Amino acid sequence: MNEFVLIFRTDYLPEVKFSPDEMQSMMQHWQNWMGGIAAQNKLADSGNRLGSNGNTLQPGSVITNGPYAEIKEIITGYIIIRAESIDEAAEMAKGCPLVVGGGGQVEVRNIVPMNG
Amino acid sequence: MQEKELIPHLYRAEFRKITAVLGKVFGIAHIEVAEDIVSDTFLLAAETWGLKGLPNNPTAWLYTVAKNKAKDMLKHDSIFNQKVVNEIKYSSSELHEIEIDLSGKNIQDSQLQMMFAICHPGIPAEAQIGLSLRILCGFGIEEIAVAFLSNKETINKRLFRAREKLKELNVKIEFPPEAEINKRIQNVLTTLYLLFNEGYYSATRDKVLRHDLCLEAMRLTYMLIENESTNKPFVNALLSLMCFHASRFDARTNPKGELVLYDEQDTRLWDRQLITRGEYYLNKAATGNEISKYHLEAAIAYWHTIKNNDEEKWEKILQLYNKLLIIEYSPIAALNRTYAVSKVYGKEKAIEEAEKLNLNNNHLYHTLLGDLYFTVDPHKALEHLNQSLKLSRSAADKKIITGKIRKLDLEKK
Repeated sequence: MNEFVLIFRTDYLPEVKFSPDEMQSMMQHWQNWMGGIAAQNKLADSGNRLGSNGNTLQPGSVITNGPYAEIKEIITGYIIIRAESIDEAAEMAKGCPLVVGGGGQVEVRNIVPMNG
Repeated sequence: MQEKELIPHLYRAEFRKITAVLGKVFGIAHIEVAEDIVSDTFLLAAETWGLKGLPNNPTAWLYTVAKNKAKDMLKHDSIFNQKVVNEIKYSSSELHEIEIDLSGKNIQDSQLQMMFAICHPGIPAEAQIGLSLRILCGFGIEEIAVAFLSNKETINKRLFRAREKLKELNVKIEFPPEAEINKRIQNVLTTLYLLFNEGYYSATRDKVLRHDLCLEAMRLTYMLIENESTNKPFVNALLSLMCFHASRFDARTNPKGELVLYDEQDTRLWDRQLITRGEYYLNKAATGNEISKYHLEAAIAYWHTIKNNDEEKWEKILQLYNKLLIIEYSPIAALNRTYAVSKVYGKEKAIEEAEKLNLNNNHLYHTLLGDLYFTVDPHKALEHLNQSLKLSRSAADKKIITGKIRKLDLEKK
């Protein structure tokens, strides 16, 4: 088994507000998706969610406001999963609420193993 | 109390206390000597009391005799004395007069310290349970053999190897340092949970014995709660979980001793008192910042004590299983989660999730798929149930699976 990082990217849209019910339902979708991966014993690390505060440092000590790599798109978090191949990892990422519900993308990246 | 029940009663209550205190004095390498002295004491009690009648205070009599036997042993068996003294390294003032303190406080402390010594990660889990039953619970070898569906020789060998291993590892009978308690106690809790499960899920037909195993596991867990330094939120969560499970003890077997599945249980047989106790310990567990797997399992068990079967119940259970699996994977949690998925999102969705689990060698996996396919695709259901029958080992499991296959056949006609 190899390990892959699933990186969550969303457009940063602070003007969009969700109702508590919507948020409850979002949370359940995320938990169900991660629970489903964990139930296959393929969740290597439940990762972290990243907040939207951030600065980006550029060469020459230039600090830009905000964590954005591209305009308005930010990385909101990651998890690490176990899969045989990048295709299997991508297949597992298909169930991610960001992909299912729209509103974001999941980047699937292999982790370079340190031992052999 | 009837006189003929007195000795078994005292044996169950006092054997473990005296053994723990003597074991603590002698050190783990001589734990068997402690067990032997206490066994001899009971033998002497049976003979003497039979001849001369009961003493005024039988417990005090046992303590005095055991204490004297231990002192005699230390005094007259100079080789043994030397070994004990060398290994325990008493300070010089204590060298010749080793104190044997059978006060309530010391009994309690010795038992807890013994619990930490026996539940040592260096010996196999099965041996930890066996030794716990013998030394912490005062079970006879015969009873342990019945509980494990084994025989006396095998159990004796297993306990012997476990004692040797403890000796080899030079395990100390003492409280772990405060900073290590959280870590060391995890292994103790795992063993207590396994001990409970041994009683709850044991294949042995002896219902009284199984009930005893569950009660003993609960009693030992309660001892940890009574002691300040081990009274942690997750220990309360474990006891809560045990109470909730135990509340269904009478409902989950029928008068013939056969297993009754959760959905088919007579909820009037659920023990309200134990459910209330479970709620009490769950509330006590709700302090601090950490949510342990025992918290989640206790919360799942709590929802199972709710009688109605609405969607909210299963939605809550599903979310708890999601969290539990994210903390720690186990095949049984994965299967139970899938069952909860079927209750919330229906069978088709659950089948899709189940087929990703990759638990083909697990009979419960095939039983679950058999249940999920039951009405959706009876032919597939039959395939899975047959596979489950092939993989299952206990007679009780086979009986349940055969029952399901029979029902399936009827529905096809």
